[in-house]
Amino acid sequence: MDEKIKKALRHTSQSEGLIFEKSSPGKRAFELPPLDVPAIDPAKALGTNHRREGVEGFPEVSEIEVLRHFTRLSTWNYAIDLGMYPLGSCTMKYNPRVNEFVARLDGLATEHPYQPQELSQGCLKILRLLEQCLLEITGMDFITLQPAAGAQGELTGLLLIRAYLEKQGNPRKKVLIPDSAHGTNPATAVIAGYQVENIKSESHGQIDVDRLRELVTPDVAALMITNPSTLGIFEQRIPEIAEILHAKGSLLYMDGANMNALTGVTRPGDLGVDVMHLNLHKTFSTPHGGGGPGAGPVAMKKILEPFRPVPILVEKEAGRLALEQVRPNSIGRVKAFAGNFGVLVRALAYILAYGPGVRQATEDAVLNANYIRKHLEGVFELPYSLPSMHEVVFSDAIQKKNGVNTMDIAKRLIDYGFHPYTTAFPLIVPGALMIEPTESESKEECDLFIDAMKAIAQEAATNPELVKTAPHSTRVSRLDEVAAARKPVLRWNPSIRGSAAD
Amino acid sequence: MRYLPKSPVERQEMLAAIGAKSVDELFSSIPDRYRLREALKLPGPLSEAEVIQYFKERAAENSVGYTSFLGAGVYNHLRSVVTDAILQRGEFLTSYTPYQAEITQGTLQAIFEFQTLMCQLTGQEVANASMYDGSTATTEAVLMAERLTGRRRVLVAHSVHPEYRDVLKTYAKNSGLLVEEVPYAADGRLDTKALRAALKEDVAAVVAQSPNFFGVIEPVAALADIAHGTGAMLVVAVAEAVSLGAVRPPAEADIVAMEAQSFGLAPSYGGPFAGVIASRDKYVRQMPGRLAGQTTDTEGRRGFVLTLATREQHIRREKATSNICTNQALCALAATVHLTLLGKEGLREMAQQNISKAHFALAELLKIPSVRRAFDAPFFNEFTIKLPRSVKLVNAQLLREKIVGPFVLGTAYPELTKHALVCVTETTTRSEIERFARALKQALDQPV
Repeated sequence: MDEKIKKALRHTSQSEGLIFEKSSPGKRAFELPPLDVPAIDPAKALGTNHRREGVEGFPEVSEIEVLRHFTRLSTWNYAIDLGMYPLGSCTMKYNPRVNEFVARLDGLATEHPYQPQELSQGCLKILRLLEQCLLEITGMDFITLQPAAGAQGELTGLLLIRAYLEKQGNPRKKVLIPDSAHGTNPATAVIAGYQVENIKSESHGQIDVDRLRELVTPDVAALMITNPSTLGIFEQRIPEIAEILHAKGSLLYMDGANMNALTGVTRPGDLGVDVMHLNLHKTFSTPHGGGGPGAGPVAMKKILEPFRPVPILVEKEAGRLALEQVRPNSIGRVKAFAGNFGVLVRALAYILAYGPGVRQATEDAVLNANYIRKHLEGVFELPYSLPSMHEVVFSDAIQKKNGVNTMDIAKRLIDYGFHPYTTAFPLIVPGALMIEPTESESKEECDLFIDAMKAIAQEAATNPELVKTAPHSTRVSRLDEVAAARKPVLRWNPSIRGSAAD
Repeated sequence: MRYLPKSPVERQEMLAAIGAKSVDELFSSIPDRYRLREALKLPGPLSEAEVIQYFKERAAENSVGYTSFLGAGVYNHLRSVVTDAILQRGEFLTSYTPYQAEITQGTLQAIFEFQTLMCQLTGQEVANASMYDGSTATTEAVLMAERLTGRRRVLVAHSVHPEYRDVLKTYAKNSGLLVEEVPYAADGRLDTKALRAALKEDVAAVVAQSPNFFGVIEPVAALADIAHGTGAMLVVAVAEAVSLGAVRPPAEADIVAMEAQSFGLAPSYGGPFAGVIASRDKYVRQMPGRLAGQTTDTEGRRGFVLTLATREQHIRREKATSNICTNQALCALAATVHLTLLGKEGLREMAQQNISKAHFALAELLKIPSVRRAFDAPFFNEFTIKLPRSVKLVNAQLLREKIVGPFVLGTAYPELTKHALVCVTETTTRSEIERFARALKQALDQPV
């Protein structure tokens, strides 16, 4: 490895088996306060046919063992708190700790969704202020905070479109989706009852507007567009695209996954977008937590408002807020209760910390991406040369000549102390390296990343085997995914033994 | 700004390296007329202390200081501070979906342990890494049954959580799925006679909840027999997961859809929680959501990876089993740590305390002459009582005593306006139960 590389190399490698393998009957890690009412025999209360004598196989361990077990596991993870996490399309930015603190406050974390609304005004005010902030940021007219994640936001948005078109007499049949889109877009369209028609990008990576004109028939309900696209490129003709759709009675859906490139700089509502979702776990810094939870609010133009999912936040007399459960034209309920409230609290805390200064975050994110692009262009192939916004997409074309592909480079990046970028996406770039640094990286961290990428490119040229067998510094080496899928082992049972802990 | 790690000089250096004169130049691809000229009208910026102050003020406008008898799908249970200590480790909190297995073994092994715990609890063979919540888990379980049977009719018990049924209907509306409801019987359980009558060869799934929305435990084995009789699948929703510490698991169900909120997750005004789908091994390829599996590395060491991804949207796109991507991983981790802490004995004891306290509460309330028990099938920690007058009015009076009264069943069941769904968990003290009984008696003694 290049001696000049300064970032930490060693990955923690303390061994730890499965918790079930540490279990020993009679140990416990949790004690309840003594029962203060007469004990009732469960068999009597439930009837013997409903009775269960404890859960077979459940672990029996002490408190220190639980704490150590999960602490040790945690050390096997890479995280934003440890360093740059340049996963394109995922916006892995700093998750401010104060957001965690406020979401856990007594009076917020403790509140029940069915408690009387006069005892929930604090929660409802939080929801209202977040709605107002997100509407200002997106330039849209109305919003729902209900959806639990981006994909559910997409579904909500398409159901709104469907309800609107249905009201006009015809829900239509198709949704157009660019070939650069996230996989959730087509998967969502199907659940909303639409057929998917893919649109090829033109040679610069933008939507082929002439082709689009042909494709927008009276059968088309909507176009789902990601802006900036998954190539990190702003769709320059989006207002024109909106006009083409609107002229045919179709609507424009914007996947807001990449809103971190636009916040404070431009507003989808001004660009002609009819409905969009935001990923609060991306742009608005709520922690990814190993895969979730997120929140996917959907902002919309006025024409879609009558169809918003319930419950709907409304203002009553004297500024009192309430959640309305019944609306005649609503698409219905997409999730139980009032959205992922705890996630919404964190997002508002993030917005309040920045205020109008959130634009600076956008600028720094775009600055970082362009800085990295400038230094790595030529070292890695840049398949699309239009200006980058918050992320830059290279390909492995140069390294491929030595048999090194994007996954190899990504794995080698681990040895250099970084989380890999997004590999092999978007699909329109063969061997893609999709790099999104976010605003949370200092110049120093960006420089370290650039050094690492250059060093790997060098290795790919001179010692490809080293790259192809990476990572070399982790607790486990490359894992056999084929075997995992061929004969799935998806749960522990006493017959399963692994060698890692032995 | 404290979250941004660049000095003005560094910004200039970086711009110079790029060859841009100003940061504006970086946004040149956005047509000029669409660029914001003015700053966004947002409150802030706030310092950390001010952020905390703002949320403390909001918290003070909520229900602090009240005793609650609400359940209805969201339960207040004991939570250990250890769970939160683990959850707040940055390595878990600020890590992404574990696609890069070599540096996310912590998350992957924890998911594998979660899947194992969920199987043990539900009596099923395979469980996924989480869904959004109980409502979408139930919905996705039905869609899974639809794929497995190729049938399009679904019979849902009217005693399934009203919001779960609502969500199912929202999803079903456009997929050609026909959702019909089956009434409840006098004892609060699903009316099996009505079920038999509605069940035909075209039914994909029968959906029941146990304990159901009235708190009553359904005869899962019998329902499975009935459903299987016509080739339908039985989907069982579990909204109060602590019940599984004392109640026989829905092992006869083909798919279990569970809400794991009761395991270490705060009520948090309705989310984030963690949904779970558990089922049989043979159905795994039709399951939605992520799955972690055990495998080995090049040296033969045990490790874990996300597997069977060919079911998922990022591979299969429009042919995926679901559109779910982001799930509720951190909430599932909370449940994993919580259940590991509770262990076999802790969960059993917690479940038994719920039974004892809820039955004590019922007995106390039934001492009030005008209060009746509504459904008499066995229950876990929630039960339905009938009052001589509207629950809504009674609850308004209870509020004055700083008591958040039971769930007003009339809001979801127009025929049950005098029925209240009372929830008592291990966190409810005897004196709170007695105070509630006194306040209820007092409220009912007053003339209307």
